[in-house]
Amino acid sequence: MFEWLGITPQGLFGQILIGLINGSFYAILSLGLAIIFGLLNIVNFTHGAQYMMGAFVAWGAANYLGIGYWWSLLLAPLAVGVIGIVIETTLLRRLYQSDHIYGLLLTFGLALIIEGGFRQAFGISGERYEIPEQLQGATDLGFMVLPNYRAWVVLASVTLCLATWALIERTRLGAYLRAGTENPNLLRAFGVNVPLLVTLTYGFGAALAGFAGVLAAPIFQVNPTMGSNLLIVVFAVVVVGGLGSIIGSIVTGIGLGLVEGLTKVFYPEGSAVVIFVAMAIVLLLRPHGLFGKEK
Amino acid sequence: MHHLRSASFLLTVALAATSALSQDKVSGDVVKIGVMNDLTGPYSDLAGTKSVDAARMAVEDFGGKVLGKPIQVVAADHQNKADVASARAREWFERDNVDVIVDLVNSSAALAVARIARDANKLVLVSGGGTTRLTNEDCSPTTIHWTYDTYALANGTARAMVKQGLDSWYFITADYAFGHSLEKDGSAVVKEGGGKVSGSVRHPFAATDLSSFLLQAQASGAKVIGMANAGPDMNNTVKQASEFGIVPKQSLAALLIFIDEVHAMGLKVTQGMYLTTGFYWDLNGQTRAWGKRFFERNKRMPNMVHAGVYSAVTHYLKAIEASGTDETSAVVAKMKATPVNDFFAKNATIRADGRLMHDMYLMQVKKPAESKYPWDYYAVRQVIPAEQAFLPAAKSVCPLLKK
Repeated sequence: MFEWLGITPQGLFGQILIGLINGSFYAILSLGLAIIFGLLNIVNFTHGAQYMMGAFVAWGAANYLGIGYWWSLLLAPLAVGVIGIVIETTLLRRLYQSDHIYGLLLTFGLALIIEGGFRQAFGISGERYEIPEQLQGATDLGFMVLPNYRAWVVLASVTLCLATWALIERTRLGAYLRAGTENPNLLRAFGVNVPLLVTLTYGFGAALAGFAGVLAAPIFQVNPTMGSNLLIVVFAVVVVGGLGSIIGSIVTGIGLGLVEGLTKVFYPEGSAVVIFVAMAIVLLLRPHGLFGKEK
Repeated sequence: MHHLRSASFLLTVALAATSALSQDKVSGDVVKIGVMNDLTGPYSDLAGTKSVDAARMAVEDFGGKVLGKPIQVVAADHQNKADVASARAREWFERDNVDVIVDLVNSSAALAVARIARDANKLVLVSGGGTTRLTNEDCSPTTIHWTYDTYALANGTARAMVKQGLDSWYFITADYAFGHSLEKDGSAVVKEGGGKVSGSVRHPFAATDLSSFLLQAQASGAKVIGMANAGPDMNNTVKQASEFGIVPKQSLAALLIFIDEVHAMGLKVTQGMYLTTGFYWDLNGQTRAWGKRFFERNKRMPNMVHAGVYSAVTHYLKAIEASGTDETSAVVAKMKATPVNDFFAKNATIRADGRLMHDMYLMQVKKPAESKYPWDYYAVRQVIPAEQAFLPAAKSVCPLLKK
């Protein structure tokens, strides 16, 4: 059945699985972006740098403090989240009344500065980070050899994505957040501290990027440019999903990961552009993205 | 009276001789060496400020002066852009009286600067740039290619592996000119040695996840996966190959890799890999001594690019001393006429096309248990004689060879 495609069914399933793994990465990164855009109206270009910092915190913790992977999963998002909160309270806060473009320029500039600083301090070749002992090795699934660590990545990111979605859509805190974006003045009238909510939201979005950075550290080289390589793709995912839509970014992240994975089999040269082709088509047919709402 | 006359005659002759000498001795009364490379970008670890320091070391070891005139080292970042490199080279040659440009990592920048140097009749000594075009289609009387080229790397690694029975290959290739040419050179050598190439896959430049391509390579069943890519792409290929359990069932061959990258990835994932290099710090007493001095200053062991910069600058300064001038044609002639003998190259000569013919080394990356001290990474598997390492003159189209 698969002969005419020039690939064995085993090969195809392997590629689909890899697509899913990459997709769950995209999902967790685009989720943070979507939350920040949805609630703060800021296009957060620092996201890639925050992801990179997460990986570096994990590496630094292991190298200088002897702290292992599992603690880093907690520590790195916290550290990156705190840095995010500092950025929000000292810089971003001043721009909420201005046009989108100011927030974009500020976060883009910050990303360049952070990346340059890391490049200066750690060089460009990057640092290595080992896969934690419990997750080393691979499982033979019959149609492919699945590294245990990759299975964990899918599990961790899908769980975190769903938990975040539930937090925002199904809890009282989430209801406050959503109300804060709709009508901050009214919410304030009810005695809710809206600026604090906004600060924490940005911190949380940044922490998600930091978490993804720790997940990525053992797979990719921990390297100052790792974030900027990924960021553009992730932005495309957010746009396809519908700017600011939480469920949209999760579903699209996984979906586009699959599309990209299949492209790598049938036309590998096109795998770098396929996500942008998808973006162009979606924007032509549905300018607000797959899950976006017209405002 | 007689004595006085002959004394004054001698004095006049002596004065005339010295003034004639000083007229064409050293242009601008200073020998200026410009190190141009990527100081901040993706190649800043394998060349960067460490190449600048290698040039400074060469000047210091030479005594800081040649023919009684000071030697100055200046540096510039070409940002891996050919246009930036050209503009800076013109400025250096026309305004700042720079006599020679060295390093030039990044092939497109190297080619652009070599062309300008040819028109300005100034010398370039390429260490970091790897394209064979520098001494083949685009060869020039003012270009000397010192350290390595893509042909030597692909040729050394692929030939040796095929000879060991690793004769079926699959290429993972970066989808741009550099990757294509590495794949072409590599495939040719594999086929020449009686091996076969069962296929290849081309991935986009700066692809973070290469597992898809690795699975395709795995499915091909080839004994060797040739990596015709470089930098972060190659690092991720190696790392992910170990994750998917591809090694040791299949062997990885890196067609372009530097010791800095082995250092960054670690022996655990790079062990057993074959590679070709023009220099290794731990080859013998001389290389160790220089390597350790370099380490003191830069906190890193030198790679072949750094060693090549030192060797090239030293040979250049010696040629100025020997020919009594820094005029380009005279210096080039002297450099080509004198064999290179230092810690980097033994009895090496510069061929008419500008290629420094020196021995290359086929290395295998050690297992973690075999590595006894920091930066103890390579075991020498074979010394590849210069004549076998580089593109034979008969296959070159460089007109300088046809005279």
